[in-house]
Amino acid sequence: MRGWTEFWQMGGYARFVWSAYGVTAVLLAAELVQLVLRRRNLARRLKQMRNLRTD
Amino acid sequence: MAASPTHWTRYAAPANFYPLAGRLIPWFAVPAVLLTVWGLYLALVVAPADFRQGEAYRIMFIHVPAAWMSMWLYVTMAVYAGVGLVVRTRLSSMMAAAIAPTGALFTFIALWTGSFWGKPMWGTWWVWDARLTSELVLLFLYLGVMALTAAIDDPRRADRAGGLLALVGVVNVPIIYFSVQWWNTLHQGASIKMGAAPTMSNVMLWAILVMTLAFWMYSFVTAFLRVRCIILDRERHAEWAQRVVDNR
Repeated sequence: MRGWTEFWQMGGYARFVWSAYGVTAVLLAAELVQLVLRRRNLARRLKQMRNLRTD
Repeated sequence: MAASPTHWTRYAAPANFYPLAGRLIPWFAVPAVLLTVWGLYLALVVAPADFRQGEAYRIMFIHVPAAWMSMWLYVTMAVYAGVGLVVRTRLSSMMAAAIAPTGALFTFIALWTGSFWGKPMWGTWWVWDARLTSELVLLFLYLGVMALTAAIDDPRRADRAGGLLALVGVVNVPIIYFSVQWWNTLHQGASIKMGAAPTMSNVMLWAILVMTLAFWMYSFVTAFLRVRCIILDRERHAEWAQRVVDNR
């Protein structure tokens, strides 16, 4: 197996390879976070609606 | 339908599909993680450097799966939208709406990674060639469907308008796929053709297939997470939706 430094350098294409992989990873993670937050906000809104009704 | 409560059509009701989608999520999330780890290992460690492109070609292992998913998710979205238009099942339109953002994301990733592959190999970030342009049109179609659905207040009318645009846009998918054959493009031809021996080594092929499966499983997870939000939002006045919030 190649060494770590060699691995990160990607044969001189590090800038391109890691920009591609990095942005992909960040975007996919961001979508998951956004969905979890959306669900949380929705739950809060639903609770507020119900509290208004029962008050 | 009340006579046979276990029949699968009962899950066409958003209220019944909501908990089912929740139970299905782990069954796609776990494979998504495992396949990603395996796919990245194949793509970054096992696969040898390309004899012409060196290490830069490793972008292919996310570029090709993302491009495939962008087209596949569009077709899936259009089928759901079509069923929603014809049969008027609300859940189908909700599924179409749930798939669109993930499809748009993979389209963007395909364009972005392609750009970062094109720069070192072709010497340019972008060219207006048939493959790239039609993929960009796909991104605009996704965004158009999302914007149109979001702009109309009445959910039923929003579903119909978005669904119609999604259906019309389907013609773009074969254009993307065959663009490298129909036009003289800078973009290379298909890496893997049906009915022909693949032009790449076994380990590269495996890496692409595993990454594609990983993206696919990921798409199931986000589609189910999002459709649960859409259902809950649209049914927020229903008794069951109020109860759901208590049981988390």
